[in-house]
Amino acid sequence: MPDATFLDSTELVLNMGPQHPSTHGVLRVILKLDGERVLGTDCVIGYLHRGVEKIAENRTYAQFNPYVDRMDYVAAVSNGLGYCLAVEKLLNTEAPARAQVVRVILTELNRIASHLLWLGTHALDIGAITPVFYCFREREEALHIFEQYCGARLTTHAFRIGGLQYETYDGFERDVQAFCDMFLAKVDEYEELLTNNRIWVGRLQNVGVLSADECKEYGVTGPVLRAAGVKWDLRKAQPYSGYEKYQFDIPTRQNGDTYDRYIVRMQEMRQSVRILRQAVGNLHEGPIMAKVPKVMKPPVGEAYVSIEAPKGELGYYIVSDGSVQPYRVRVRPPSFVNLQALDRMVRGALIADVVAVIGTLDIVLGEVDR
Amino acid sequence: MGKLLKKIFLVDLFQGLRVTFRSQNPRSIVTEQYPAERPRIAERYRGAPRMNTNPETGESLCIGCNLCALACPESLIVMTSERNEKTKRKELATYTFDLSRCMFCGLCEDACPTDALELTQDFELATYTREGQIWDRKMLEEGPRPTRYKW
Ligand code: SF4
Ligand code: SF4
Repeated sequence: MPDATFLDSTELVLNMGPQHPSTHGVLRVILKLDGERVLGTDCVIGYLHRGVEKIAENRTYAQFNPYVDRMDYVAAVSNGLGYCLAVEKLLNTEAPARAQVVRVILTELNRIASHLLWLGTHALDIGAITPVFYCFREREEALHIFEQYCGARLTTHAFRIGGLQYETYDGFERDVQAFCDMFLAKVDEYEELLTNNRIWVGRLQNVGVLSADECKEYGVTGPVLRAAGVKWDLRKAQPYSGYEKYQFDIPTRQNGDTYDRYIVRMQEMRQSVRILRQAVGNLHEGPIMAKVPKVMKPPVGEAYVSIEAPKGELGYYIVSDGSVQPYRVRVRPPSFVNLQALDRMVRGALIADVVAVIGTLDIVLGEVDR
Repeated sequence: MGKLLKKIFLVDLFQGLRVTFRSQNPRSIVTEQYPAERPRIAERYRGAPRMNTNPETGESLCIGCNLCALACPESLIVMTSERNEKTKRKELATYTFDLSRCMFCGLCEDACPTDALELTQDFELATYTREGQIWDRKMLEEGPRPTRYKW
């Protein structure tokens, strides 16, 4: 790794972003360059800071629920699940069995939708324009199920503390089943487009390598960690919402480069379909809401719940002082933590690789800045 | 050897092109032609608010309980109620709904005990002014009025 410029020429400082299309939002990366080579990076974040954690202190527990959708807006359902589980832990209740199954179905659909958005935009960054249209075509189907279920496509507010607000609509099972049947062939289609494509392979292989030890040092989670060969998935490691009942594999790869992360995410989508199939078969009649008081006043205490969001470990740490409003809500966003590895991944690489690496980290700036 | 031949004959690229050509069928066009064609909106869609009235008497279903205003995280619903001396019941006096701050979370709708307040499937909410986003009771009951603009 070079630490001085070629022939001691002056290093070039370049701003990438915040309006750069490949930074996926408003991330500003200050690149220190020697020609095309990156000597170091500085990330400037906070352009999308809305103070979500502070807002939580002025809202009741139920009122804060829609705000968490606006952190990782690509995977709003997962955010809602994490928050609801954390408050349920504080209240010492659990959602009924039917609610848990519906939660699993929706979060897995959301994982697919999130990965599809990632795949489309990542391919777009690399220069493959076609996949994004196909990805959005399928993502639309998933979003339509959300819309029919809870009335919104993106910021869903699908779950409530203690269970669900809405009963599934007529034909919910049929729609999810149809999605599963349709979707696997589509994943094959994306793979046909990309997996063997020489440009795709050339641009991704051995780019942004992050070894397993480095991942652990940075606290990186999710597909990035699994691509480095660590079999760690919170759905298996500390099951929540009844994930222990479903059979699925944790896809891993060895090299920890951008190509492996692509493969891992593609396989994750297939595994999600597997979970969806089992969950739909598992959907039995029953109540959908646990007994929670209308005015929630959790006992004094604290709770930390983390779930496997599409991007990694998403944690909610909530401190209650016994009043109707949380004393403190802290979010452990996977995007923010994963972004910290950017500098390590792009040092010594070319500028074009920075684009690939930002894409492969799958960050959502709404979640990084909160 | 096979690998080299595959490389020379651009197998990987033609593989991808096959997918693209398979999608050239005009029947597989999925783009919604939005203004010409109405999008499919789900029944439960949370869009523009509406204040429901009793279809027979035309009376508002709202009982002035203020629960929606309390449930709203953004505190954007402001309502006043007054006591009807004849029926000795609380009645809605004024009601404003500031759409510009609404995030369509549906909490107000869930809180309403009489299904008076409802979020409808109407999603076209653009106005030329900010004031146009503040809906009063009349607008909530009758739907938005078409605005005339002077050029
Ligand atoms: S939808 Fe949500 S934000 Fe909008 S008025 Fe109702 S409670 Fe408030
Ligand atoms: S909750 Fe319903 S009945 Fe009560 S004030 Fe609001 S709209 Fe009226």
